[in-house]
Amino acid sequence: MAAITLKGLGKSYGSGYAVEGVDLTIADGEFVVLVGPSGCGKSTLLRMIAGLETVTKGDILIGERRVNDVEPAERDIAMVFQNYALYPHMSVRQNLSYGLKNRGMSKAEIDTRITKAAETLELGAYLDRKPRALSGGQRQRVAMGRAIVREPQAFLFDEPLSNLDAKLRVTMRSEIRQLQRRLGTTSVYVTHDQVEAMTLADRLVVLNAGRIEQIGSPLEVYTHPASAFVASFIGAPAMNLLPVRLMSGALAMGDQRIDLPPGLLPPGLPEGAGLLLGIRPEAAVLADTGLGFDIAVSHVEELGAARIVYGQVGGQSLVVQVQAGQDIAPQMRVSFPAAALRLFRADTGKALT
Amino acid sequence: MVERRPFLTFLSHAVLIMGILIVSLPVWLALVASTHGETAFTGGTIPMLPGGEGWRNYSTMLGKGISTSGAPPLAAMMLNSLIMALGIAFGKIAISILSAFAIVYFRFPLRQLAFWTIFITLMLPVEVRILPTFKVVADLGLLNSYAGLTIPLIASATATFLFRQVFMTIPNELMEAARMDGAGPWRFFKDILVPLSRTNMAALFVILFIYGWNQYIWPLLITTDARFYTIVAAIKRMADVADALPQWNFVMAAVILAMVPPVVVVIGMQRLFVKGLIETEK
Amino acid sequence: MTRSTFNHRLLPWVLLAPQLAVTAVFFLWPAGQAFWQSFLRQDPFGLKTTFVGLGNYAALLADPYYRSALWVTAEFSVATAALSLGTGLILALALERTLRMQRWYTTLLVWPYAVAPAISGVLWWFLFNPSIGILPWLLKGLGYHWDHGLKSGDAMVLVVIAASWKQVSYNFLFFVAGLSAIPASLYEAAAIDSAGPVRRFFTITLPLLAPTGFFLVVVNLVYTMFDTFAVIDATTKGGPGQSTTILVYKVYQDGFVGLNLGSSAAQSVILMGIVVLLTVIQFRVVERKVEY
Repeated sequence: MAAITLKGLGKSYGSGYAVEGVDLTIADGEFVVLVGPSGCGKSTLLRMIAGLETVTKGDILIGERRVNDVEPAERDIAMVFQNYALYPHMSVRQNLSYGLKNRGMSKAEIDTRITKAAETLELGAYLDRKPRALSGGQRQRVAMGRAIVREPQAFLFDEPLSNLDAKLRVTMRSEIRQLQRRLGTTSVYVTHDQVEAMTLADRLVVLNAGRIEQIGSPLEVYTHPASAFVASFIGAPAMNLLPVRLMSGALAMGDQRIDLPPGLLPPGLPEGAGLLLGIRPEAAVLADTGLGFDIAVSHVEELGAARIVYGQVGGQSLVVQVQAGQDIAPQMRVSFPAAALRLFRADTGKALT
Repeated sequence: MVERRPFLTFLSHAVLIMGILIVSLPVWLALVASTHGETAFTGGTIPMLPGGEGWRNYSTMLGKGISTSGAPPLAAMMLNSLIMALGIAFGKIAISILSAFAIVYFRFPLRQLAFWTIFITLMLPVEVRILPTFKVVADLGLLNSYAGLTIPLIASATATFLFRQVFMTIPNELMEAARMDGAGPWRFFKDILVPLSRTNMAALFVILFIYGWNQYIWPLLITTDARFYTIVAAIKRMADVADALPQWNFVMAAVILAMVPPVVVVIGMQRLFVKGLIETEK
Repeated sequence: MTRSTFNHRLLPWVLLAPQLAVTAVFFLWPAGQAFWQSFLRQDPFGLKTTFVGLGNYAALLADPYYRSALWVTAEFSVATAALSLGTGLILALALERTLRMQRWYTTLLVWPYAVAPAISGVLWWFLFNPSIGILPWLLKGLGYHWDHGLKSGDAMVLVVIAASWKQVSYNFLFFVAGLSAIPASLYEAAAIDSAGPVRRFFTITLPLLAPTGFFLVVVNLVYTMFDTFAVIDATTKGGPGQSTTILVYKVYQDGFVGLNLGSSAAQSVILMGIVVLLTVIQFRVVERKVEY
């Protein structure tokens, strides 16, 4: 097992950077999830760690070793691909043993490792089948098995669950998490699914346009998003971001005026500054506790356990989530605890609180 | 079909059976002719039903050949044809799969030039450049040799493109997974690419075997030594004599023997044959 | 997404070496030779060679024999393509209406593809043999005296039939593939729109089969122009007179038999031009087919 260190990492395909200025230290045994919308550079970053993409600038270290120019096979890492990339003409056993054979491992040692991995992943009954005779979930397990038998310094996962149906994805998600805990292998996991990211990660790395937006534990990222982008990307339904203006110590949004409790507003902001007020839909309370809006409800989505209310306030749309069974009036007051409010600069999107 | 139209269905069967009869007619008559003695061809028309001399005709042709027209025994010529067909089929597959591998899985300077050089062979069939190619082969001392029969015909853009096509459909991740599993280019080629293109190779083999076996003008030109005659090219020499001397029984026996191997290959491997034919034209 | 590749400079050249070597020695060099030769003229004894520029080409175009060969090639190609495409299409359409027997019919119809053009020539030459052939005997009953050795029309019919015979199976297979690619739901929709078999053929089958048809026309033209050398050589040897001398046959005759190297080379170059043209058209057609 080893730590992975990225120093000022950048990747360019001729024009502009697909990944730029990435500094990240992944501790030994840690499970780090790279998350972001498609095209944010998360896969490129993972493939650079794997050695499948060349490094344009910066350094990659696995343990103490700089691996920029080391062949993928010699980095002592294993990767699980989105489409599994199982060798279709080989049986499960051959798929698992191929990488070990290429490294000149003894037959006895290979057998031991395969037996162990098959037991862990409950693949024992399928060892002599070809991949096409397996279900999606079983193929996924074989792909995992191929990584496990190598007993590498780190696992790299490239959206490994995106080809599975929703139900299986949830099961496999927890299996991956438990397996990683048990083996304690450093893992880097790429996904665009924020629920997957939240549930799996020790630490999240949110990427946007090739740069890191925020690094932190899932809860940190959820409660204290470092930017308006992170705020809107993590959490569902997404955080409301209402454009407001600073007017004599309070926030103005159209004809609504919001008086903030002292201490929430950072000092030194110029009068009239443009801000974004971030409010999590699930922080809403259907009562008048002082801090809130009068909203005009346009429609309601019934989820069973909760209701999602879409409304309008001061010409902006606002989404709030309330407990099931609460009455919804066409016009109603929603309030928010002051601690749930977040402020971002309108121009840069950076968090102020 | 959408609805039942008994008459149309009947007509379809009739058309197909007619087609098969017309297509088979020449071969039937050749087969019949090859089972008669010489005298059957001296007067009137050729016989329509088999005679009793088949065994004698075929064994004579296979073992002794026709001395009057200087043709060696057919068994030897068929062996030459087999060597040529196999040489061309295996040669083409081998050099094409290697060059397709280079073109798809490597980036190197002048790659485009290499690609176009291979492509251009598509536009230079042997019939078109026959005289200068003959001269090259003569200068290299390859007349009357197996090398001369096969090597000039084994460069093929079609086969290279076929393998290129096959490789392009193999997901990128498979190669990446193999790289992570510690496979270099050669191991990836041997362990992954070759097994995955096995059916394409077999299909291509069927087409190329027929192509090689049926070569005519090339062996005709470069073999003057009877030891290197191929059966397809030599039949013409015999037929010319038969026109003067009534040896039709022997000539037709040779014709049947010349067509049996490729026809057996096509019928026996019909599915591979159809696959190969349709793929190589894409 | 671009393919990931191996990093090697030398290895790809090693892999390409056999193919490039064969191509250079047996394709490019001879083609270059032909090109150069086409600007030269040798005296009859091969003692003196002079550069004549486009002289050989000019002489060819003025040569009535060459012009006749052009015409013969056109006639032969169009007739062979039409006969083999038409027969192939009719058989493929008939096959579509039969259900259980398809495999057997296919097997019995495709094997002629495996027969060498030279053998096909000899077979039909035997059938049409004026003294013992079965077909002249039948024709005599109808009052026609067949002799492809003397009558140029008869000779042309012979080579067209011999060349078409094996090509029918090829066209048949491609039409079958083209037909089976037309979704059955289209026919069902048309039947619901009360279109009968004939109307369905003209409004659905034919338009949707057109790309396959275009493609086959080009392939058949290439076949008749080049691969039929053996058919001609095994039957009429270009005769009687020059009535079945197609362009490829004339290249060979003038080069190997007539030893007129400059003219033969110029003819080679013209033929290469025709192949290039046909290949370009073929790729265009295939592209359209793929797009469709």
